[in-house]
Amino acid sequence: MNADRLYAYVGVVLFAMAMYAFLTHTHLLRRLLAFNVMGGGTFLILVGLAQDGRGPDPVPQALVLTGIVVAVSATALAIILLRRWFALSRSTALPEDQS
Amino acid sequence: MTAVSAGQLLPWLLVAPLAWAVIAVLIESRRGALTIAVHAIGVLLHVALGVALYTSVARSGPAAHALGGWSAPLGIGLRADGLAVTLVLLTAVVSAACAVYVMTTERAAHDADAETPRYFWPLFWLLVTSLNGIWLAGDLFNLYVGLELLGLSAVGLVALGGSETALSSALRYLMAALLGSLAYLLGVALIYAAYGTLALPELAELIAREPLTQLAIALMTIGLCLKTALFPLHGWLPPAHGVALTPVSALLSALVVKGSFYILFRLWFDVAPEAVTPLAAQGLGVLGAGAVLWGGWQALREPKLKMLVAHSTVAQLGYLFLFFPLAVGTGVSAAALATQGMLLHLVAHAFAKSAMFLASGTLIAAAGRGGVADLAGIGRHMPMSLFAFGLAGVSLMGLPPSGGFNAKWLLLQSALASGQWFWLCVLLSGGLLTAGYVFRVFRESFVESKDSQFTPTPRGYDWVALTLAAMAIALGLASQAPLSTMTSGLRVMAGGT
Amino acid sequence: MSPIPEISGWWLPLAVLGTSLVPALLIMLLAEHRQGVRTVLNLGAAVVKLALVAYMTWGVAFGNNYELRFGMMPGVDFVLRADAMSMLFAGLSAALWLFTTIYAIGYLEGAPNRSRFFGFFSLCVASTMGIALAGNLVTFLVFYELLTLSTYPLVVHRGTPKSLNAGRTYLRYTIGGGAVLLVGVALFTSLVGDVSFADTGALVSEASYDATLLRVAFWLLIAGLGVKAALVPLHGWLPIAMVAPAPVSALLHAVAVVKAGAFGIVRVVYNVYGVETAQALGVLFPLAVLASITILWGSVRALFQTEIKKRLAYSTISQVSYIALGIALFGPWGSIGGLAHLLHQGLMKITLFFCAGNYAETLGVHDIAELDGAGRRMPVTSAAFTIGAFGMIGVPPLAGFVSKWYLGLGALESGMPWVLGVLVLSSLLNAAYFLPIVHRLWFRPQTAPWPDEHSFGTGETNRWLLIPTIATAVFTVGAGVFANMPYSPLRWAMLVVARVYTQ
Repeated sequence: MNADRLYAYVGVVLFAMAMYAFLTHTHLLRRLLAFNVMGGGTFLILVGLAQDGRGPDPVPQALVLTGIVVAVSATALAIILLRRWFALSRSTALPEDQS
Repeated sequence: MTAVSAGQLLPWLLVAPLAWAVIAVLIESRRGALTIAVHAIGVLLHVALGVALYTSVARSGPAAHALGGWSAPLGIGLRADGLAVTLVLLTAVVSAACAVYVMTTERAAHDADAETPRYFWPLFWLLVTSLNGIWLAGDLFNLYVGLELLGLSAVGLVALGGSETALSSALRYLMAALLGSLAYLLGVALIYAAYGTLALPELAELIAREPLTQLAIALMTIGLCLKTALFPLHGWLPPAHGVALTPVSALLSALVVKGSFYILFRLWFDVAPEAVTPLAAQGLGVLGAGAVLWGGWQALREPKLKMLVAHSTVAQLGYLFLFFPLAVGTGVSAAALATQGMLLHLVAHAFAKSAMFLASGTLIAAAGRGGVADLAGIGRHMPMSLFAFGLAGVSLMGLPPSGGFNAKWLLLQSALASGQWFWLCVLLSGGLLTAGYVFRVFRESFVESKDSQFTPTPRGYDWVALTLAAMAIALGLASQAPLSTMTSGLRVMAGGT
Repeated sequence: MSPIPEISGWWLPLAVLGTSLVPALLIMLLAEHRQGVRTVLNLGAAVVKLALVAYMTWGVAFGNNYELRFGMMPGVDFVLRADAMSMLFAGLSAALWLFTTIYAIGYLEGAPNRSRFFGFFSLCVASTMGIALAGNLVTFLVFYELLTLSTYPLVVHRGTPKSLNAGRTYLRYTIGGGAVLLVGVALFTSLVGDVSFADTGALVSEASYDATLLRVAFWLLIAGLGVKAALVPLHGWLPIAMVAPAPVSALLHAVAVVKAGAFGIVRVVYNVYGVETAQALGVLFPLAVLASITILWGSVRALFQTEIKKRLAYSTISQVSYIALGIALFGPWGSIGGLAHLLHQGLMKITLFFCAGNYAETLGVHDIAELDGAGRRMPVTSAAFTIGAFGMIGVPPLAGFVSKWYLGLGALESGMPWVLGVLVLSSLLNAAYFLPIVHRLWFRPQTAPWPDEHSFGTGETNRWLLIPTIATAVFTVGAGVFANMPYSPLRWAMLVVARVYTQ
């Protein structure tokens, strides 16, 4: 197994684990972190699978760079909303998830 | 001087709204006439660009443009066919109407708390940019970027309400949007691994019916369905659309949910018709039917007016998904009829739903409270808003003459042509449910009670809503031309599946 | 040969629609207190429309063709066209419209929400004109649904819980009926294509289509139309909708709504399927049975009503089905009777409703029992009521007699002599529920003071209410006495029928 394929498999594992966390946790910050890990897994798959057996490819690298920028902005927005939500409701979960 | 070609116009549909987003941030602290003037110019420019692009492509065919001279795969390729430019024009018109609604509020506001919330305008322009980005994107990755930006600006707009419910709705929306985009992106990764390109026309040539591709398409489909709020993944939509500021609700229901649906349509019918199966299409149809019935039922029982309209969006999005079983695995004529019906429904719903949200917002502003029951006796005071609400309702119910009727008719004909009576029953029950909840509102409005108090609202509100509703109606009498533009060159029309 | 220059005349059908569509929008925008402008708009539009319709009728009689056609969506055209059949209905509506408008202006004097009322009133007549002039099934459907929507605000106009509930019932029936009609039209179109109405039927050779599906489509269409035409068992909305103001009742019963349903049935049988094809498919006999049941059922129910308007409502259910019955009797005489009754029933029933409104507005009388001696207090209204009632019973030489005569001939001609029995029985029932009212009016002394009497100076009631009542009563007499004059309802029905049968 070459390194690229390994990256891809690791990506799959990361994605699956993080998705489980995203769906089961109610704490919004945890879900946000899970989203970021899922994103990381996806990027690994994107680069790893594309380069598997074909050698270095600039296109997925460029895509991942763009993807990271998008993910960072999404995280930033999420954190702002989260803080504001926490300030108003004193809660870290969505209303329907609060026990 | 020669006319500007469509290819030259393309980048400006991204650049102009993005520029206004930046300007909006710069003049954010200012208030009053200046902001209105600046954004009015932006809106006019955007509509003019939309009209110019539409006429140019309708007249001389599809166009393409490579941003900054960098062609795909590294550069961003834009392309515009009839469907794309129609949606660009639709975006320009509906967003312009919502902008005018906001400007009317700003002009009428004498006290500070009625003012437009901060950051509305930057987010508005960002939303428009990302919509145009989606309509005009030439490859799967740029579609992802557009989708993500669209989601983020939409979430930001929902949160603008500032209340606790607004924030929880925005957060719920954000979580759904993020999950949806990641599922989509994972699919993109698999597609790139399999074919080494993401450009739509090239993929259309290459794509084959094999498991990895089908897995990729399944992932992308699930993500997009989540973002389009297909039943049973629709839970995030009613609170988000129901709680947002009125013009934001209108934008979200009319345009934003259509963005992800548009990608789904392109994916299934332009890019990968060879890889999708009739069984999967039937599955989407069943979920669509579920949305039509469940959304309609929820709207019938909903006590709050704007939430009612939001549930109606869930139901109306369901109609879009009835298109899949009618177009996959059926004959050419059934597929063509279904495509026409679905696209017309998409446009008619955009006009009608934005009109209905704006009219509802006006009614709520007049009544001071948001319940359907609070509208008792409003008929005498707000005839224009109710008229706009009613016209929009006509189109949503699928009664003639309206774009909604023509769309339903075409879908019915398609169902008959392919012998699928089941979908015919869904279409009819959906119409009856819609009639039920639309007339619930009217019933209240006709109550003659002396004690209710209503505050007058600016006249501009009604004109905006009426204009949009009138377009939904006019589409019923003149759907031939827009339909022929929208469907020209689509593979599904020629029996691509 | 034609006295009218051979202009294509595509704008005429449009103008006929426009004369109520444009005023409808203008009136809705008008402030509540601008009564003068509103009255001028209302009456002006009604007069101009009547003139246009008269001109078109004249042209159609000489074989001119007025058609507007454009593509509405792929595979479907929007067609407005004036043929002999459309002018039958358009002429009736345009004429009665003028009277109803005059009546409504008087009736609603000083009432709230008049801009809304008259706006939708005009919209309603626009839909009726559209129904009359529609040149294919889809265009017909467009205006048929528009009629539902524009009458709802009129039915709930008073805004009381009772009228709101009536409105809900009305909608349940009509929207449901509309949906069934939509399926019928869609099914027919998917079988045959988007065909225009033709004199002898749009279905050229039924042999090339699946006869079972054609029958299914036929009954779907009839069921959808039967709701508005109040065929039993789809009639439930009509008596409940009686809570609406009197001019609206006149509209529902005589001018627009039930007539739209009946006219639709006429269109489907004659101009879509063709009467000969319908006969070949074997759908006419069941239709005749259905119509006969409705005729008798409505009359029997009318006997038991104590409210004037309720009794009139059940009478409408019965009388409108004469039209369907005439259509279902295969042969020219039955057709003539049915089509002439489309006009005659309108004239007679509108007279009766005007009278009922006059009693309610002048004396506050709503129940039949309160009418004792009203003939002395309101002789003109009561005379008009008597004419209308006698016409309904079928006393010669009034309009109703003419219809029943031809229906009887048709029954014999089509080999369904049992229909004669239905006609006789129904006439007896008509007499049984109308004559007691007439007796009360003229021959019983007034026993109690009027419930809520208003004085209108020298006349027996408001002049705006009285003039239309007199006019329609006079027409009821005229349509019977001068039945053989050119352009009389009977002669026009004969003209239509001459074009409907191929042999």
